[in-house]
Amino acid sequence: MDMMKKVPVREQDPLVRAGNFEEVCLGYNKEEAEKEALRCLNCKNPKCVQGCPVNIDIPGFITKVKESDVKGAYDVISLSSSLPAICGRVCPQETQCEGKCVRGIKGEPVSIGKLERYVADTAREMGIKPQQAEKKNGHKVAVIGSGPAGLTCAGDLAKLGYDVTIFEALHKAGGVLVYGIPEFRLPKDAVVEKEIENVKHLGVKIETDCVVGKSATIDDLMKNEGFEAVFIGSGAGLPKFMGIPGEQAMGVFSANEYLTRSNLMKAFSDSSRTPIMKAKKAVIVGGGNVAMDAARTALRLGAETHIVYRRSEEELPARREEVHHAKEEGIIFNLLTNPVEIHADENGWVKGITCLRMELGEPDASGRRRPVEIPGSEFYIECDAVIMSLGTSPNPLISSTTKGLEANRRGCIVADEEKGQTSKEGVFAGGDAVTGAATVILAMGAGKAAARGIDEYLSAK
Amino acid sequence: MFKIIKKENLAPNIFLMDVEAPRIAKYALPGQFLIVRVDEEGERIPLTICDYDSEKGIVQIVFQVIGGDTYRMSHLEVGDSFADMVGPLGKPSDLTELPIEELKKMKICFIAGGVGTAPVYCQLKWLKNQGVDVDCIQGARTKDIIILEKEMSEVSNLHICTDDGSYGIAGNVCVALQKLWDEGQRFDRVIAIGPMIMMKFVCQLTKQLGVETIVSMNPIMVDGTGMCGACRLMVGGKVKFACVDGPEFDGHEVDFAQAMQRMKLYATEEGRLYLKAKEGDTHHGGCGNCAN
Repeated sequence: MDMMKKVPVREQDPLVRAGNFEEVCLGYNKEEAEKEALRCLNCKNPKCVQGCPVNIDIPGFITKVKESDVKGAYDVISLSSSLPAICGRVCPQETQCEGKCVRGIKGEPVSIGKLERYVADTAREMGIKPQQAEKKNGHKVAVIGSGPAGLTCAGDLAKLGYDVTIFEALHKAGGVLVYGIPEFRLPKDAVVEKEIENVKHLGVKIETDCVVGKSATIDDLMKNEGFEAVFIGSGAGLPKFMGIPGEQAMGVFSANEYLTRSNLMKAFSDSSRTPIMKAKKAVIVGGGNVAMDAARTALRLGAETHIVYRRSEEELPARREEVHHAKEEGIIFNLLTNPVEIHADENGWVKGITCLRMELGEPDASGRRRPVEIPGSEFYIECDAVIMSLGTSPNPLISSTTKGLEANRRGCIVADEEKGQTSKEGVFAGGDAVTGAATVILAMGAGKAAARGIDEYLSAK
Repeated sequence: MFKIIKKENLAPNIFLMDVEAPRIAKYALPGQFLIVRVDEEGERIPLTICDYDSEKGIVQIVFQVIGGDTYRMSHLEVGDSFADMVGPLGKPSDLTELPIEELKKMKICFIAGGVGTAPVYCQLKWLKNQGVDVDCIQGARTKDIIILEKEMSEVSNLHICTDDGSYGIAGNVCVALQKLWDEGQRFDRVIAIGPMIMMKFVCQLTKQLGVETIVSMNPIMVDGTGMCGACRLMVGGKVKFACVDGPEFDGHEVDFAQAMQRMKLYATEEGRLYLKAKEGDTHHGGCGNCAN
């Protein structure tokens, strides 16, 4: 065995998976996982743990994998994470744990994400559940939103004995894990639902169909429904559009709409009652994980799919694995390209998009080189759908209905990083509602920090 | 939860239901909407709230059968429940924020078309309770499909019109509004709720008359909470989301041509799904009825 290289993980053949919604990555089996675990050097000063936003004891759980002790490994992970089957699949490991792995200096880092997934999936198959709190402490906490931040915060508090209720606006719990990330990357029934069941197993209650800010206010929950603290994990907000001509044409969607139809409403399946446009040729504007998800969904629904991104490959914000998978599946990348106008036919349907070529200039505020238009470089891409994946701006529903809750000028809720405390007493916040659109694991990290903050706050009361 | 406690067939294919939904009833105000799912596989359907009783925890909806899921809804009976009902969504009518004294001085004319009558009723009733008198023009194609006439006449000075002249003023709502105007009635504000085409023509007329006009937009929606952007429309040259910025907008600023075009996005699929629901097992997609 070449100790410098990862044990390769089995995946569905790119040409086959481009036509289905089954999970792309098949994960390690016992033999492969234990072989990969042997590559861990069990460092005295493990850099990987520092790279993990929730500080999982990575060498600790990998040691248990080496010993074929899946339950032991699961217990180690559970001390830090309530959603390991999800994190193993969607974390950007290359910039976190694996990015810090000492093995990565000369060869490939240990495949920590795949090992975490192996442990979580195997534990689930074995029927292993997280440890419940020994004693309830009787304090009621409300958690707003059942995405990664909310589930983590709720899970951690329940483990400490709190009586936690999650309020979810949609009809189904899971937030972005359910409406945003596609089935082929994160199976809903097999993985997400099971992780949510684990959180419920800890004693957490979930009330769906409740939009806090509309169906109830935070003040109402605290004054009339007996909640002593509130965590806001309401997620990102309204999709951004470019403001270019033609954006109202039929066939222009936000990635959020396109993905919500496919993921939450299951529009990819013929038996769903929710329609989705099956494009012949789709252009996805943007280069993040959401753009990759939208592109790979359009591809699976039968479209020739193009990514249009204004910077170069190096700046693509998506996880490396997603870009790699997208390319393998046949998605065409039009890099250093920026749309300027969408054209519609006489019935109002999209027929094409005019773009400009870009080149990289001086670094901008984000530290990345600023894309600059090349004059006279217009060119036309024929297409029947354009999917805008440009990020989101915060949803004002909660900040506008909660007195004393401070938001910054971008509209994000202001909360301190260490404990999630907001400007309002007893109210904590974290995840995309605070940071703007980010990753699942950062939201989980914030949910975890806020759980500590809430525990300290209520213990001192 | 979401149990149906009253059902009435108001006109062919138009139904009224009272539903238990305490969270919605507690906070609902005129102008807001809710989203309903008929069953576990249901679409998320936005409906404007037509009445609410916050003490009893009941909301009232009125809907017209136009697609597969509204057809399924029409088959629910008293005692059955909806899978989901969430709200109140959107902003309340800005009338609810004006001082009562100011409202009493205003001359307001509502214009209700088709099932748009139900949300107008909600506003009329609220104003009546505040002691504000208003006019209301209620239009329909023909006499048989006029709904809630008695209720509407109890809370407003009601002027009914029918396109075919079978009842009330002969002509559409614009004809009726022009008639009132010609008779010397003057209004500070018109609030029109109904089919987009009706609201568009009302706005054209009120622009000529120089009367401020509010419309309630009902575009395609998915989540209804400001997440998906499906309900976007252009108002005064800016992108607005009907679910969080509306549903009520300044009618003279709305780009109706675009909004009406966007409504056709899934029209074919909706029709197909309706036929599939209606024909059930006998639907096989071969006859061509559902192709267009």
